[in-house]
Amino acid sequence: MSESTIQIALVLPDLLGTYGDFGNAVVLEKRMTWRGIKAEIVPINYGQPVPDSCDIYVVGGGEDTAQTLAVKHLREHPGLQRAVTKNAVVLGVCAGIQIFGESFTRADNVTHPGMGLIDSTSHAGGSRAIGEVIAEPADGLFAGPLTGFENHQGRTVLGPAARPLAHVKVGTGNDGSVEGAVQGRIVCTYLHGPVLPRNPALADMLIEWATGTKVAPIDLPAVTAMRAERVKAAS
Amino acid sequence: MNDSPARLPLRTAAAVKLGNLSSTLSQKMGLGAGGMIGGRVALKLDPQALNRLTQGRRVAVVTGTNGKTTSTMMLARAVGALGEVATNHSGANMPDGHVTALSKQPDAPYAVLECDEAYFPAVAGASNPSVAVILNLSRDQLDRVGEVRTIERSLRDAINKLQNCTIVANCDDVMVTSAAWNASKVVWVATGTGWHHDSASCPRCGSPIQWQGEHWHCTGCDLARPHPNWITADEAMITPEHQKLELRLTLPGKFNQANAVMASAAAHAMGVSADEAVRRLRGVSNVSGRYRTIQRNGRSARLLLSKNPAGWSETLTVVKEANHPAVLVINAQEADGRDLSWLWDVPFERLQGRTVIASGERATDLAVRLTYAEVQHTIVPDPLKAIDQMPQGAVEVIANYTAFRDLNARAAADE
Repeated sequence: MSESTIQIALVLPDLLGTYGDFGNAVVLEKRMTWRGIKAEIVPINYGQPVPDSCDIYVVGGGEDTAQTLAVKHLREHPGLQRAVTKNAVVLGVCAGIQIFGESFTRADNVTHPGMGLIDSTSHAGGSRAIGEVIAEPADGLFAGPLTGFENHQGRTVLGPAARPLAHVKVGTGNDGSVEGAVQGRIVCTYLHGPVLPRNPALADMLIEWATGTKVAPIDLPAVTAMRAERVKAAS
Repeated sequence: MNDSPARLPLRTAAAVKLGNLSSTLSQKMGLGAGGMIGGRVALKLDPQALNRLTQGRRVAVVTGTNGKTTSTMMLARAVGALGEVATNHSGANMPDGHVTALSKQPDAPYAVLECDEAYFPAVAGASNPSVAVILNLSRDQLDRVGEVRTIERSLRDAINKLQNCTIVANCDDVMVTSAAWNASKVVWVATGTGWHHDSASCPRCGSPIQWQGEHWHCTGCDLARPHPNWITADEAMITPEHQKLELRLTLPGKFNQANAVMASAAAHAMGVSADEAVRRLRGVSNVSGRYRTIQRNGRSARLLLSKNPAGWSETLTVVKEANHPAVLVINAQEADGRDLSWLWDVPFERLQGRTVIASGERATDLAVRLTYAEVQHTIVPDPLKAIDQMPQGAVEVIANYTAFRDLNARAAADE
């Protein structure tokens, strides 16, 4: 493996791959290779140690049992946590936002420790939030709107060290008002779709963080058309 | 047990009569196929209708994520060797569809019911089945049906409550095996098919599942692949008596061989011999329009239904052999699941180098997926127009649930 290859760790796809979030890794890889940046996806399966040498870590959504196992595995093999101290870029989706936090409490009122990577706590909400979401990226982080599909029971409260990723226009997100979290180079969101195919500007922001260089936009008519359709359908 | 069904109480009889009338009206007024409305009316008037309508009949219930309609049709064909069979068609697989089907054939001593997996506990509870067939469980319509483990848990609880019922279960599927594990009577079928992406961890204890070839076991509890009673071999099956029978199916694909062996094992549990079962189900060729070929201006388009990642993955294998152009049709109505994230779990990369058209109400979502899979394509939202734009000759059309239903109805109207 040459040193200049950007490695995208796909973290526990066998446990946290319920909602097509594998697509996030594909989008990162393709958007880099199409621009002549060498990139490869490194799947890290349940039972394997987690390397701390990857440039980007992508963590997807999963069911409750799978999520509990995933957090146990990631605490036993703390490669991801070490990578964060070395400035790796991390995308956590759905279960990601819950397990990266300080703790998450399920509907049965049992509180599980999280990985402590972002200043947040999650708990079970009254009803499951299901449907299209439209949100405006916070602080002009990337070109909006942020769009996606949410399907989660959890609600998340951010502490002072974490900033919201976006402000909700349609849908629920963390709590009905803000969506996701950003802390250092960690980005979390409740949105599937998957989120990066839906939001190329967010994908490019992560790529710029990982490569340290500005990238030129890529014109994909299908993506532009899909974004317009989804925004129209949700409004 | 096997004589004609018990006489219906007056309330059920009246409910059924009104229900049948609604079905006929619905068909005559062109409102629908009448597959559900009659049952809906009857259930409103008599909530116990399903229980009463199944009394005195021998009932088989078929459930699972994929292959329900085909397996149900195969099993109904096979059980036809014993007598008249009431069965629900065209995917009307919720209680209203069952009541409609049973009402139309009040004297049939046998019933074979295709059942949506979310309704299995209610239907199995009401119909006292002799046989329950559990085909496979994988991710499907997560926003409507829920997560696979929740479904597995509810099937497990329902199966454990059944008395005098033979469970016919796919032992190559970890979720199905777990659901049937504690049943008092199980016939295990090695189908040779399985979607492993939802079973990295044990549904019972959460420990990793380890695979060695076809064998698998949980590393934390005693759940392990049981010794199969029936085995799906290449284009053949091996019965519990070690007899090898050629399948020679009309339907394509490995998953239809799996459906055929599951149906044969279930028919055997109902009292049909294995050779007779295979002889009968072999002829199933057109399952509610699936697999049929339509002719349009010099194109012969084969219509294939696929609803979820496991189904699409299998179907892409079926269409792999010939390099025909493909029309892919995607909708995301409520019955399909509104969330199209699953498109990213389908290995569309396999279509690279082929002529492909993205179609359906959500053609642009599919186009995005194809773009990142580096599959050249064009977008034509109307699937019939998409077929017309293909070169003359054979075309494969793969559509998800409502896309398939609508296309099939339009194609039938054109014929």
